[in-house]
Amino acid sequence: MVCWSRQTVAITMLNLRTIHQRLSTSAVAIVGIAGVVVMLVAVLSIAQGFQAAMQGTSSPLRVIVMRSGADTEMTSGLDGEEVDVIRQAPGLATDRDAPLASAELYVLIDLPKRSTGTPANVPMRGVEPGVMQVRDHVSIVEGRMLNFGTNEVIAGVAASGQFVGLDLGATLMSGQQTYQVVGLFEADGGVSETEVWADARILQDVYSRGNSFQLVMARLESSAAYDTFRNWLTSNPQLEVQVQRETAYYAAQSQTLSTLIRTIGFTIAALMGIGAVFGAILTMYTTVASRATEIATLRALGFNAGSVVTSVLVESLALGVVGGAIGGTVAYVGFNGYQTSTMSFQTFSQVAFAFQVTPSLLGAGLLYALLLGLVGGLLPAIRAASQPIPAALRAL
Amino acid sequence: MKFLPLVWKSLWRRKVRTLFTLGAIFVAFVLFGLLMTIRTAFTFGVELAGQDRLVLIHKVSLIMPLPITYQQRIQSVEGVDLATHQSWFGGVYQDPSNFFAQIAVDPGDHLEMYPEYELPPEEVTAWLADRQGAIVGRVLADRFGWEVGDRIPLQATIWQPRNGTWEFNIRGIYDGDDTVDRTQMFFRYDYLEENRADGEDLVGWYIVRVEDPARAVELAAQFDQMFANSPAETKTTTERGFLDGFAKQIGDISAIMVAIVTAVLFNILMIAVTTMAQSVRERTNELAVLKTLGFRDSSVLSLVLAESLFIALLGGGLGLGLAWLIVQGGDPTGGLLAIYTLPMRDLVIGTGLAITLGLLAGLFPALAAMRLRITDALRRP
Repeated sequence: MVCWSRQTVAITMLNLRTIHQRLSTSAVAIVGIAGVVVMLVAVLSIAQGFQAAMQGTSSPLRVIVMRSGADTEMTSGLDGEEVDVIRQAPGLATDRDAPLASAELYVLIDLPKRSTGTPANVPMRGVEPGVMQVRDHVSIVEGRMLNFGTNEVIAGVAASGQFVGLDLGATLMSGQQTYQVVGLFEADGGVSETEVWADARILQDVYSRGNSFQLVMARLESSAAYDTFRNWLTSNPQLEVQVQRETAYYAAQSQTLSTLIRTIGFTIAALMGIGAVFGAILTMYTTVASRATEIATLRALGFNAGSVVTSVLVESLALGVVGGAIGGTVAYVGFNGYQTSTMSFQTFSQVAFAFQVTPSLLGAGLLYALLLGLVGGLLPAIRAASQPIPAALRAL
Repeated sequence: MKFLPLVWKSLWRRKVRTLFTLGAIFVAFVLFGLLMTIRTAFTFGVELAGQDRLVLIHKVSLIMPLPITYQQRIQSVEGVDLATHQSWFGGVYQDPSNFFAQIAVDPGDHLEMYPEYELPPEEVTAWLADRQGAIVGRVLADRFGWEVGDRIPLQATIWQPRNGTWEFNIRGIYDGDDTVDRTQMFFRYDYLEENRADGEDLVGWYIVRVEDPARAVELAAQFDQMFANSPAETKTTTERGFLDGFAKQIGDISAIMVAIVTAVLFNILMIAVTTMAQSVRERTNELAVLKTLGFRDSSVLSLVLAESLFIALLGGGLGLGLAWLIVQGGDPTGGLLAIYTLPMRDLVIGTGLAITLGLLAGLFPALAAMRLRITDALRRP
């Protein structure tokens, strides 16, 4: 046993130390595996980043009230009287006896994308003065809060970065309406950062909505108050509304696109994996073939077949590790934090987000690389061990 | 031709290597086929859009409605062949995850506007006769197992019904070639107008067909001018431009995916090329023997080229074939991708790529083999 393991270690070290002599063939396999890992990690980081933007800043304390049947803020509608009733619901947090609830409009405004110059559906939210207390993760980072009753707007930093016309101090034209951008806000990287906020009353005029809103975003006094609040609203005969926690709402909103991206990502990664395994197999075969004499000599000296198999497998795994590490690094350097925006399939509105290469994604990539290396080395390892010694030696 | 058996023999000289080379090329081309399909899906088939159709939307945003009175005004412009309106319904069938597009249209105008939709004449008549009638695409019908005559309830999200609920009778199932979006449902605007609680006389957007595609841009500007300074200003683009803009909204996600996969594809092909080249180099002295036997330089060249072309075309052809079969099997996301097809153009490009690959892999070793000096080659071990 001791002898076997010493043999194995000896051959394995020999193999690993001589990899540099087979650099060009090994490089092909390494690049192949690295490519697959880059692909897998990058695509999954898109889904990860999108989901983080959509869900990351949701608070279990915030609830969203929409008309029953509406699937998004966009399609919901509540008239002024309904909003007044919703404000009276029990369980709401209060500030100096005023309930923390913001009746809002959610519309789209057509603005050119900076990167392509093509039009994009930028979400515009009509808000009330209490909004900053309800959405307490939002803070102004440049300029100031808008003055209600004027056509001033504030823009999320992501929106400002992605779309033309949202720089601080800029005048925004939309149809016959002009807005002044007086501030930029952050929302901990959340989806609100893609939005433009204006006074709800102004938007009601511009979008001819009379005295109606689309949703009420409210803040509960405690997470436990959710059931009381919800039951009171849904059993109220004056209302036809649905109540959702913000967390649940955004989880549902991000599901379609992240599922789509993940499905495509996994399918392609699986196929590319097969391609990379073939690459690794061909590489290892070449390696084994070029060292046939050497391996036969070792075996003639008394090294057993098991240690030869192990050594080839370890070499192949090493290629996998190197490929995985390179792929992970490239994916991290190239894609982590990459700012982009896409369209939510639910509301057709833009969502800006950053790719997120997380440690768990890197781990998954490395594992996949190891698997590819292992599978790629298996057949060549058996070939190496099963070569008849005399024939291989005669080739000398 | 008589040397085909020789090519065949030398191909299988190293079975495993040839098999894996074939496998690598095969996988690369399956990937290529799927990639082109995804690319087409994410661009909403923009290459396939009508040349002579314009889309006219509200200037502020697509979601803002336009008055129905615009139809007459657009139709009366000289150079306009047909103007029709469409309205987004956004209903939910059983569960929000069953998303598909439902669009209210004027049935007669709609069928005239889109001649590429194939609908049997009796189904056309049935739809025109039933106010609650609707037609659905073949892909959509298959997705939910719908048949002509079924009654489909939809839960409203935007348009609350005045009476009861929204229910539609499927009066026809339209089909068309792969470039037609067969995931949509069209129903009659008069039913929407009659039964919606608010939003009277408003439509979503207009589709305008012009007589001369060369004048499309000029007419688009004319429409926007016509409605300037009105409460509902418009923005007109070609259907292609509209789809392109819509696709660009999805952003560079698909571009990034395509770029990465292309890089990997290239890598797999490089592996195949080096392996194939190596297999020729290994047989240097065999080729020398052939030349000793009196084979001309050109015959040796074509023998080697034939071998690499064979592998490339077989692997590539099978790969493209499988990709095509997979795509025929339908969209893995269950109907989210409106256009899910592998365009013929990309199949042709793929075949070209396979031929290039075969030539590239074979050319250098083949040239080397051709220039081989017999004495040098035989002297090598």
